[in-house]
Amino acid sequence: MRLPRSLLLGALLTALFLGGAALSFVWTPYDIELLSIPDRLQAPGWTHWLGTDQLGRDILSMIMMGARTSIAVALLAVGIGMGLGIPLGLTAAARRGSLLDEVIMRGNDLIFAFPSLVIAILITAVFGAGAMNAIIAIGIFNIPVFARLTRGAALSFWSRDFILAARVAGKSSARISVEHILPNIANLMIVQGTIQFSLGILAEAALSYIGLGAQPPTASWGRMLADAQTLASIAPHVALVPGLAIVLMVLGLNLMGDGLRDLLDPRIRVDRT
Amino acid sequence: MIRYTIGRVTSLFLSLVVASMVIFAVVEVVPGDPAAYMLGVNARPDTIAALRTELGLDMSAPERYLSWTSGMLRGDFGTSYTYRTPVTQMILDRIVVSLPLAILALGLTVLIAFPAGIYAASRRGKLGDMGVMGATQLGVAVPNFWFAMILVLIFAVKLRWVSAGGFPGWGHGILPGLKALILPAIALALPQAAILARVMRSSLLDMLGEDFIRTARAKGLTRRQALWRHAVRNALIPVLTIIGLQFSFLLAGGIVIEQIFFLPGLGRLIFQAISARDLIVVESVVMLLVALVIIVNFAVDLAYAAVDPRLRVRA
Repeated sequence: MRLPRSLLLGALLTALFLGGAALSFVWTPYDIELLSIPDRLQAPGWTHWLGTDQLGRDILSMIMMGARTSIAVALLAVGIGMGLGIPLGLTAAARRGSLLDEVIMRGNDLIFAFPSLVIAILITAVFGAGAMNAIIAIGIFNIPVFARLTRGAALSFWSRDFILAARVAGKSSARISVEHILPNIANLMIVQGTIQFSLGILAEAALSYIGLGAQPPTASWGRMLADAQTLASIAPHVALVPGLAIVLMVLGLNLMGDGLRDLLDPRIRVDRT
Repeated sequence: MIRYTIGRVTSLFLSLVVASMVIFAVVEVVPGDPAAYMLGVNARPDTIAALRTELGLDMSAPERYLSWTSGMLRGDFGTSYTYRTPVTQMILDRIVVSLPLAILALGLTVLIAFPAGIYAASRRGKLGDMGVMGATQLGVAVPNFWFAMILVLIFAVKLRWVSAGGFPGWGHGILPGLKALILPAIALALPQAAILARVMRSSLLDMLGEDFIRTARAKGLTRRQALWRHAVRNALIPVLTIIGLQFSFLLAGGIVIEQIFFLPGLGRLIFQAISARDLIVVESVVMLLVALVIIVNFAVDLAYAAVDPRLRVRA
């Protein structure tokens, strides 16, 4: 079987960033806490592949450390969304038409009415800025995405013969949900998970850009861009490099999501808005 | 249609009530006393107590919730803790920036996405389609605030066509105001246009497989005529839902973009309020944004049901 080209390209880009982030635990080209004012704002070259920032720090090293933050925040936020959203969706589908179903779905609609950024602002206004609160804010927004998708997909299985057989065999609806429905919708969840991962990277960047995400000294792409804003006209690379890192990482994840969808099931459609 | 409308209005009302309760509850748990914060560390306890009474902080939580919501219904959002001015006025001053920005961005989104999506669908699988899809793939991956920085660098710093930020107000006529909003609107619109173009394309492709298109072709319409006369109109239904959702993204996204361009909109208001612990302002602005989103989606739902009778039955 031929792998979709988008899957290969996407997986390659994603692996590049995951690898860079993993490598940063043991090695970075330079220490990012090492300030060197004489070397500040150097353009990309042999000594510093991606140049240096206004404090003389190596940008490649900061991108590697920042990848760690982006990936950790986005991945944990997807975990929250899946961990709560999938059980809620399965429950709603198992109890379809009941009051519980209605309450779960209306609750989802309500969360959808809060733009994710507004949730984040509300949370940080109350609990303060930080990576943990960014994870919670992005995670909350992921819950209804997975709950809706799970419910819709699960409903289409509840009327199938093999589920009927399981019910006749006396299995409870909870057991049927876990043993028969969940494995059938897993592919769909993986594809949507990839898309939410990429949206999480963008959201984390936006939050840390406005100062509501990871706080110093934790490196983050969004804050690198915020720091670069006033310097962009003198040293464009300080603004271009972190932005390109975000674009490539998100592009890689999206391509991988599209490719996975084509590979796993060409019929399923993923909601990416 | 009447029964459907009553049902939707009830759920609109309930959503607004629950949303206001959630926002109030979240802001309630905030640590620290706004009165003590405003007066600083050296304030005497009786001064703080007096301010608490003045701000209504000595009432119980349900009482404060009721006075907040009943006030909003009368158009009175309360008084800012820090500026001591009516929140309603502060919001009105800012919304004349934020709302035109969101609307302008939405207009640009549609203006870019419709032709791109229709073109891609009509050239399905050909080079033009692949070009548009590649561009949209890139468009959804670009963070709007980074795109905004690049736009400033090119059009304000290098070419000097527009100023890098600030807002002259609408007092000097519409044109200077629009000129200040155009770069922020483009920055907001591009990623959303990429999403909308994809939706437009896939919705059109779904329609082109329908029987009524075959009928239209059979009665002698060309592919192009069938596309424009029949497919585009039917494809608009899913597209409209997305546009409704995008409006909320554009309003909220404006919060970040306003920071980059130093626009005095709701975004700057909310950030000032957060750093000053001016919770009544945070609460009210968030409520206003959420209410706008809920109402826009309600309007979209109703618009559909008016256009497509099948949807009334399903709901």
